[in-house]
Amino acid sequence: MYFRYLGRELRRRARSAALVAIGLALGVGLVITVTSYAAGVKAAQGQVLSSLYGVGTDLTVTKAATAGPGGGFRFSGTPSSSAQAGQSFAQDHLTSAAGLTTISASDVTSISKLKGVAGATGALALNSVHITGTFTGGFGPGASASAKATPTPTPTPTATATASASPSASSSGFGISTFSVDGIDPTEPGLGLLSGPNIASGASVVGEWFTDVQSSNASDQTLALVSSAYAKQNSLKAGSTVTISSTSFTVLGVVSVTETDGADIYISLSEAQSLTGDTGDVNTIYVTADTSNGISTVQTEIQKALPSVTVTSASDEASNISGSLSTASNLANSLGLGLSIAVLAAAFVLAVLLTIASVTRRVREFGTLKAIGWHSRRIVGQVMGETLVQGIIGGAVGIGLGVIGAFAVTKISGPLTATVGATGLGSSAPSGFGGGGGFGGGGGGFFGGASPGAFSSARSGFARTFAASNHSVTLHMTAPLSLEVFGVAAGLAIVGAIIAGAIGGWRAARLQPAVALRRVE
Amino acid sequence: MYELKKLSRVYPKGRGKVAALSGVDLEIPDGEFITVQGLTGHGKTTFLLMLGALDKPTSGKIIFDGKDLGAMPESQLVDVRAQNFGFIFQNYNLLPTLNAEENVEAALVPLGIPTAERRARSIAALTEVGLGDRVGHFPSEMSGGEQQRVAIARALVKEPKVILADEPTGNLDEVTSLEIVALMEKLWKQRGMTLVLVTHDTKVARRAPRTAVITKGKLTMRDNRAPKVITQGPPGAAKPAGAPKPA
Repeated sequence: MYFRYLGRELRRRARSAALVAIGLALGVGLVITVTSYAAGVKAAQGQVLSSLYGVGTDLTVTKAATAGPGGGFRFSGTPSSSAQAGQSFAQDHLTSAAGLTTISASDVTSISKLKGVAGATGALALNSVHITGTFTGGFGPGASASAKATPTPTPTPTATATASASPSASSSGFGISTFSVDGIDPTEPGLGLLSGPNIASGASVVGEWFTDVQSSNASDQTLALVSSAYAKQNSLKAGSTVTISSTSFTVLGVVSVTETDGADIYISLSEAQSLTGDTGDVNTIYVTADTSNGISTVQTEIQKALPSVTVTSASDEASNISGSLSTASNLANSLGLGLSIAVLAAAFVLAVLLTIASVTRRVREFGTLKAIGWHSRRIVGQVMGETLVQGIIGGAVGIGLGVIGAFAVTKISGPLTATVGATGLGSSAPSGFGGGGGFGGGGGGFFGGASPGAFSSARSGFARTFAASNHSVTLHMTAPLSLEVFGVAAGLAIVGAIIAGAIGGWRAARLQPAVALRRVE
Repeated sequence: MYELKKLSRVYPKGRGKVAALSGVDLEIPDGEFITVQGLTGHGKTTFLLMLGALDKPTSGKIIFDGKDLGAMPESQLVDVRAQNFGFIFQNYNLLPTLNAEENVEAALVPLGIPTAERRARSIAALTEVGLGDRVGHFPSEMSGGEQQRVAIARALVKEPKVILADEPTGNLDEVTSLEIVALMEKLWKQRGMTLVLVTHDTKVARRAPRTAVITKGKLTMRDNRAPKVITQGPPGAAKPAGAPKPA
């Protein structure tokens, strides 16, 4: 009886019932679409952040280099005598990565002991500049070359790097090649750039490297890993030799990390410290928190313990993301969510109003039912049952619309780009060669060659600095759907229907039978 | 069965009040057939709604089977209605989405009767009013007379103590009206229930042993077998003649 009455009543008011169901369906569909879209944006943000930080790192601790008197390093391009004219020269300069200065390794220990910290490891991010040239002979003015780096904004110190060869020297130009080096602490394989989840390819050789460099065998200390890009560029493979600041390292294998600011060459931390003379120092500390909820607390604790360092979390980076991904994120968070809520609220109001209108039209009917002995709760149940069915239909149709909407989002939206501004590893100088202090360190400068070709060849070597300072990632939008989203969205439709039914039913229940029966229709 | 004592019902109207019933005293014994007459707006329907526990008096008492209906909460009155009263309305008040059998069955739903029994009793009731072949028809597929027969079946199916009919022939032609009244009389005689029938039609009214005439809320009783005797209805003033004993 209940279902026959319910079904027939809905069929009798098919247009009104369809309107309520469609309203709820639109609301549910929008909620699903926006939620899936937001999930896609979040996933994309996660992808971007992952490429910056790597999986397994919650916080990155760095220390910005302070502005110094400038001057940077100088290389002596001046032949000591005319006899050197025509001879080639080569010099290596290994410096801390752009804008960073060293942090005592003891700070790594201090951080690892803080409450809420699961682990911490130090790394030494370095840039190596290899300058080669040939003295063409001759002494006198006009043999100098200079390059001026673009001043850069904070946090890295602004430096004007002036390169000047000895005024008395002349050369045919300088060949400059640069590459990045990361000193990895082999005792913490689970953290940092070469942690397991961060390895895109070459996991086995990374494991082998960690084992080897931890051994007491001296020859194993000079084993290196090279990035796949760098290996391809320089035709390197296992067994090849790379020279860093006059020290030869044997390539153990090729590795690819998910982080776009990964280094070209990975060596052990102790070797890196030895090469730079920064014994006992690091310039980047990777920290993981016990729980994701504790990240901000840990961040505060580190900042309190080490006031001079910069502690950056993934969420900090999220605010630095710009480009169409940022636009999409803002769209999903503000407009999309607002639109969903508005449509859902409108659907609720529509459902309530139409249910009340239906109850008003059926006053005599309910009066009759009361006259023949129907309890108010039975009448309320009947009205609520009708709206519940509308809600279920609306929810089901809404899920379909949501799936179509999510599918449309992935098809219609083109690839998204995310541009990340300054990070702890570099500056935001998009085109300034050696921006943010360049690789000369705080207050340092870069002595550039005069040859455009030298600049050209140097660019790839600065990829890491550029990648870290102003990094763009192209992503393909996805709109992942989940049963939870379906459940919540359908639940919203049902809740809306129940609310509408409860209000309508309440109005029906409070009708005085005498008044209802007297109503002229 | 019924005992009305100084029963009054006052409705607010604009800034003033209007008395639909005023100081009505009446006794209706079990199994009586009584008709109610009066001009439009003089309180006939209010009187019937009071008897059916669908409205409450402003003052006075309405005692049914020893219970003061005016003092009972709505939750209890619903049960009283479900078990004791069968209503027949001028506009039939059938549910348009239910067929004849389902409309009749709706009256049995509050009694907690199993579905199969409900259906069997509904079909039997429809057969009794001559609609055994129309059980699956919807109100929109039936004539006014047929719809009123369905309404009568709905009122009878639960075998109530009282049938309350509010101008059941008001929307019907003369022939059909007589058929309906004849049917109701027949069922009243067969079942021995109390029948209170509101009507404008004097011919119909005179078929009952006595008639309650309501004028501006005041009730007077008329003995239809002795038309010249008019009494203000104190208890037992005009005992019905010919009414069957309750079954």
